[in-house]
Order: sequence, then structure tokens, then C-alpha cells
Amino acid sequence: MPSLDDLRKRITSVKSTQKITKAMKMVAAAKLRKAQENAEKGRPYSEKMNNIILNLSAGVSDPQSAPKLLVGTGKEDVHLCVVLTSDRGLCGGFNSNIIKKAKNYFEKIQKEGKSLKIITVGSKGYDQLKRQYGKHIIENISFKESKNINYFDAAKVGNLIIEKFQNEEFDFCTIFFNKFKNVISQIPQAQQIIPLENENKDKDEKLESNYEFEPDEDEILSNLLPKNISTQIFKAMLENSASEQGSRMTAMDNATRNAGDLVDKLTIQYNRSRQAAITKELIEIISGAESL
Amino acid sequence: MDQFNLEIISPEKSFLTKSDTEEVVIPAIEGYMGILKDHIPLISFLKPGIIDVRSKNETSNYYVDDGIVEFKDNTLSILTSNIFDLKEMDKNKVDKIVKDAEEGLKKENIKDNERYILDQKIEVLNSIKSN
Repeated sequence: MPSLDDLRKRITSVKSTQKITKAMKMVAAAKLRKAQENAEKGRPYSEKMNNIILNLSAGVSDPQSAPKLLVGTGKEDVHLCVVLTSDRGLCGGFNSNIIKKAKNYFEKIQKEGKSLKIITVGSKGYDQLKRQYGKHIIENISFKESKNINYFDAAKVGNLIIEKFQNEEFDFCTIFFNKFKNVISQIPQAQQIIPLENENKDKDEKLESNYEFEPDEDEILSNLLPKNISTQIFKAMLENSASEQGSRMTAMDNATRNAGDLVDKLTIQYNRSRQAAITKELIEIISGAESL
Repeated sequence: MDQFNLEIISPEKSFLTKSDTEEVVIPAIEGYMGILKDHIPLISFLKPGIIDVRSKNETSNYYVDDGIVEFKDNTLSILTSNIFDLKEMDKNKVDKIVKDAEEGLKKENIKDNERYILDQKIEVLNSIKSN
């Protein structure tokens, strides 16, 4: 049975933790709104980009001469995985979910006897992966300094990937991130970006291909595909940041509620033991008086 | 004059949407290009330069670094990662971009087409400054 003093200390400590989690929840909620707005604002760009590429690739008839970024190298030996996580913790299962998804994929690849290369974006992902997959990690990028997600950061990652692809360091590239569905649910996603996977290939059969191109089609396509990679990464980063804030908000909300429950429980225990001590003293006094 | 739609989209947000545009002049990679209503469907690239948007009562000018242009069904979409309204460009900002571009030119392993783009960029920016 802890002493009254101990209980009192414990209650104050839990209360101040509760204050912190509450404040973090508020901050996350405010940031979430902004991140969500940004994610929505960023959508038209990537959608438009996708449309143009769809229109263009519909016109590609000869896969031999098509850019490698679109059709792949023809081999399947080396897989590059880009794992996008956050730089900060205390956001529930956000990072672990991505890592879990990525690890499943890593195992699958290794079972098939293919070699694996990993780029981590965000320090949390690196921390969680370095022990088991340390020797596969070829690059660790973190944007701790940038306050907001901006396109130039995404372009940096994109250019790095393209450079490695042109040096023939890998054949496949997949990015891992959390897709923001709503505040309480974020879905870890794996998206293949090289070679480009066509999500709605069957849907859009009647594509217009009577465009005038300037310069010619091939040149446009080979210019556009690298840009598309940066765009996809940017989109993933936006989704990720919205998911991170959403996940943190829920996690901190839960933590605040749990702290409240704990305070209630401890207060009851404190009052009981205080009452018990008083009763004990009274009995002592009464029995002392009786015995006289 | 006949009017058509214009949308300029950057990765962060939708930069500008207009439905009363009469003519847009864009710095396409192979030269400036004027677009009027009922242009045939078109996809092209931009080089650094100035987009000139003319509608009935006003004209506005924007500086772009690069971008992709699509014209379809009387809607002109411009996707660009770097765009500024010329009215908001002050001298310091221009100087900074020029300096970056000049530094890029100094690199040794620069490709011919990169050099061309950077040269263009400096030329356009200097002309902005002198106005």
C-alpha cells in the first residue's frame, strides 16, 4: 500500500502528463487541418499529370523504343524500396504500420532471391529498419529542417531515384506511405512507381490521341516521366503528413483519456487511504480513552 | 473575342483559374506560342520565360521556370513547379534566381540542353530587371 505522499505525487505527475498530451492533441488537430488542406490542394496537379501521361502512353506502340521509366528495364533483379515515414514520434501506429507493410514486402523479395535496396525518408523509419535491414539501406534522407512539405524536397528524392535508375542500380521502385482516409484511419500503401503502373488502364479505353506534340512525343514522355516520379513522391509526402497528424491526434486523444481514468482511480485510492488513516487514529484515541 | 478557360496548377495549390481568357502567350520549348480559342489539342513543355495572359479588361504576366502545357476542349492547363506573378517579383528575388542560375552554369559536367535552359533563364530575368 503506497503512502499518502506517494499517491499525491503520482497524481500530480499523471495530471501534468495529461496536460502535455492534451496540448499535443490540440496542436495536432490544428496542423491536421492545414495538412489536409494541402493534400487536397495538391491533388489537381498529380491528377492532371497522370492524365497527360495516360494520354501520352496510349500513343506508345512500340515497347522497345519506349522510355525505360515507363516499361522497365526488362529485368526483375534489384528492387528499390522508398519508405516514407515521419521525423517525430508519439503518433500512434503511424510509423509502425508503414514499417510492417514494408517489412512484409522485403521478406517476399528476399524469399524470391532478389536483391533489395532501401531508401528511408524520415528518421523514424531509419531508426526502425536499421537493425534488421541496415546493410540494405543505401540512403537516409530527412527533412527535419523544412517546416512545411514542399515540392523541392520531393524533387530531391525524385532526382536521386532517377539518377540511380539511370546508373542501372535497380529495376523496380516501390514507395511506402500512409494514405489518409480520415482522422482515425490511415492505410499503409505500397505503390510501384518504376516501371509506371497504370491504375485505371481498363477504365479509360477511349483516350484521345489526336494531340499535337511539340517537341515530339518521345521527347515529351522522357521529360515528363521523371517529373511524374517527383510528383508521386510529393503526393505521398502530403498524404503522409496528413496521416501523421491524424494519427497523432487520435493517439494523443486516447492518451489524454487514459490519463484522466488513471487520475480518477488514483484519487479514489488516495481518498480511501486518507479516510482509513483518520479512522485508525480515531479508534486509537477512543480505545485509549476507554482504557483509562 | 472568344474566350476560353485557363488553369495554372502548381504542386502545392491551384495557382490561377480563369474562364474569360482571350489569348495566352506561353514560352514553349521551341519558341513563344500564342493560344486562342479552338486551338487543336496540344501538349508541350515550357522553358523559362513569361506567360502573358490577356482577357478583356486586363493583362497579367507570370514568370515560370518550367512546366507542361495541355490544351484540350478549350481549356488550357499549365502545370508548373515554380511560378511568380511579375508584379510581386522584386529585384532581390530576381537577383537570387539569376545568381543560382549562373552558379549552375559554372558546373563542369553540364549538358548542352541544361546550359540552354539556364542561359534562357538569365536572359529572361535580366530583361525583367531592366523593365
